[in-house]
Amino acid sequence: MLVPQKTLLKSHILSHYRFPMPLYLAKNRYAQRPWLLAIWTILVYAFLYLPIATLIFISFNDSAILSLPFKGFTFNWYEMTWGDRSLRLSLWNSLQVAAMATILATGFGLLAAFAIYRYQFWGKNSFRIALNLPILLPGVVTGVAMLAYFSSLGLELSLWTVILGHAIFGLPVALGPILTRLTQFPHSLEEAAYDLGAKPGQVFRGVIFPYIRSAIVSGSLLAFTLSFDEVIVTIFLTGRDNTLPMEIWGRLRTDITPEIAAVATLVLLASTGVVLLSQWVGGMRDEG
Amino acid sequence: MRDGSVVYLDGVSKVYPTAAGEIFAARNVTIDVQPGEFYSLLGSSGSGKTTTLRLIGGFEIPEYGSVWIGGEEVTEQPPYQRDVHTVFQSYALFPHLTVAENIAYPLRIAKTARAEIAGRVEESLRMFQLGGMGDRRPSQLSGGQQQRVALARALISRPKVLLLDEPLSALDAKIREEVRQELRDLQKQTNLTFIYVTHDQEEALALSDRIAVMHNGQVQQIGTPKQIYDRPGSLFVAQFIGKANFLKGTVLETIGETAAVEVSGMKIWAAVTGRSPSIGNAVTLMIRPERVRLGETAKTAKADNQLSGKVASVTYVGQLIELKVETPIGSLTVTQLSSTADFSLEQSLSWNVNDCILLPD
Repeated sequence: MLVPQKTLLKSHILSHYRFPMPLYLAKNRYAQRPWLLAIWTILVYAFLYLPIATLIFISFNDSAILSLPFKGFTFNWYEMTWGDRSLRLSLWNSLQVAAMATILATGFGLLAAFAIYRYQFWGKNSFRIALNLPILLPGVVTGVAMLAYFSSLGLELSLWTVILGHAIFGLPVALGPILTRLTQFPHSLEEAAYDLGAKPGQVFRGVIFPYIRSAIVSGSLLAFTLSFDEVIVTIFLTGRDNTLPMEIWGRLRTDITPEIAAVATLVLLASTGVVLLSQWVGGMRDEG
Repeated sequence: MRDGSVVYLDGVSKVYPTAAGEIFAARNVTIDVQPGEFYSLLGSSGSGKTTTLRLIGGFEIPEYGSVWIGGEEVTEQPPYQRDVHTVFQSYALFPHLTVAENIAYPLRIAKTARAEIAGRVEESLRMFQLGGMGDRRPSQLSGGQQQRVALARALISRPKVLLLDEPLSALDAKIREEVRQELRDLQKQTNLTFIYVTHDQEEALALSDRIAVMHNGQVQQIGTPKQIYDRPGSLFVAQFIGKANFLKGTVLETIGETAAVEVSGMKIWAAVTGRSPSIGNAVTLMIRPERVRLGETAKTAKADNQLSGKVASVTYVGQLIELKVETPIGSLTVTQLSSTADFSLEQSLSWNVNDCILLPD
C-alpha cells in the first residue's frame, strides 16, 4: 500500500517540476534544501492518512459522539463492540462470505490461468478481457446486472448470491498473480517431470503447484480483503443477512457513535495484516 | 522392429502445419541404436536432431512412421511410460527440491521404498562426486555440478536409454572437455545406451560409437566417426565435418571402386564411396589437408596421384603448419606436423587414391 504512493510522489516531482526549470536549479533544488522535500512528503502523507488516524483516535475518545475534541481515553467503545450481537453476527457473515468467495475465485482463477497459459483457442483474448471486466466495470453495473440475472433465474437473495457476486470480481484479482507466475514457469521442468515418470496429476502437484504456490496465496488473500470490505455489489445482492461493511453503513445512517470508529479500526488492522501478509508471500524469494 | 536394436525409428516424420504449407522438422528418419552404443545425432540448428530426440523421448508424436524402444512400439506413448530418461540442455532441475530430492524424484514417483531410495541416492551422490551437497538447492551449485545432478537424476532408476540434449553447451569451454571425458567413462562403466544430440562435430567425433549426421530434418549419413570423416557420403557431410579441399571435375572412367576424374586438364584417381558415377558426370573430389603428402616422402611414396606446386603462404598454428599450395588443379590447403614440416618453396604433392573421395553432385 505504501510503496505505490511513494513512487507516485517521486514521478510527480520529476515530471512536473524538474524539466520546466533551468537545469542548474533543477539539479540542486532538493539537494540544497532537503527540508522542502521533507515538508512536501509530510503533506502528502498527511492528506492520505490523517483521516484514518483521526478515526483511530476517535475510537479511543471518551465522548458519545463521533467527533473531536478528545475528552479522555477509553476502551469503552471496543467493549461495546465486543458485546454487540448484530455486529458479531455481521462479522461472522462477512468472514463466511469472504472465505467462500475466495475459494471460488481462486479455484476458477487457477483454472482460467491454466487455460490461458496452456491452450491456444479461438477468442482467447476476448476470454481474458471478459474475465477482467468485473474489476473494470463500476460496481453498480455489476451489482444491477447480477441482481437482474439472479431474479430472472428465480434465485432468492441471500449470502449465497453475495458470495457469487464477490467471486465474480475476486476471480480476476486471483487470476492476475497466478497467470503472471505461471508464464514464468520453465516448460522444461514439466517435461523433465513427465520424462522421469510422473503422470499429469503428479506433475501438477509435485512441480507446477510448488512453483505457483506463493502467487496462489497472495492472489487469494487479495481476493479475500476485497470481498471483506465490499459494499456496492453487496447492496444489490444481499438478502436479510448483513455483512460487516453493510452493518457499519446502515448504522451510520441512524446513530453515529464512536463504536463505528472502533469497528473500523479493527477492520483496518485486520485488512492491513492480510495485505501485508499477501505482499510478504508474493515477495518471498520464489523458488525458481 | 529390427532385431537387437534398443531404439529404432522407422521412417519417422514430424510435420508442422504453417501458413506457407507443411514444414518437416524430421523427414523419413530411420535410425537403429544398438544396446550399449554411444550414438550421436549431429547437425546444425534446425537440422532436426532435437526433434528426433524428442520423438524418442515422447515429447512429440510423429505424423508418419513408428518409434520402437526395447522391441516394443511406443509411437504414441506419453513420456512417463517410456523407459528412457533425458538430460535437458537447461538441466531442468526442480528449483524447490534439494539436490538429494531431485535425484530421488524418479524413485519417489515409482513409489520405491523409503529406505531403498535413501541408499540409492547416497550411492548416486558419491558416484557423481556430489557428496555433502545433498541438502543444497540446485541454484547453489556450479554449472558442472548441476549437470552431474541432472545426470544422476536421469540415471538413478536405470533406464534402458539415456537421451542427452546438448548437455555440454551450457558449460565453460575449460571444463567442457573434462566433462566430455567423464561422460564417455560413465557410458562405458554403466554400459547404457546413450543418444547424444550435439552441433559440435568435435564432440561427436570424440565421443560416439556411431554418428547420424542430420540436415534439413533428414539423416544425411550414418557411420562411425572414422567413416564419417574419411568417407563422407555426400558433399554436405564432407563440408560439415572437418576441413577439406574440394575440386570440381568430370568422370573419365571407372574401374571397380575407383574412378578417374579430369580436373583442370589433369587426370586424378579417386575412391568411389557411393553409387558408381556415369562417365561424363560432373562430380566433386574431396581431399583432407592432412592426407596430402609433401616433399621427398611424396616422391618416394607409391602414391596414385602426384603433382607439383608452389607454396603461396604458410600459417603457423601451433602443433600444425598450414600451407596454401598453388598447383595445376588449383590452390590446395595442406597441413603438416610443425615438428617435421618441409619449408621448400617448390613442392611435390601426392596422396593415396583412398584419401581422395568422389562425391556425386
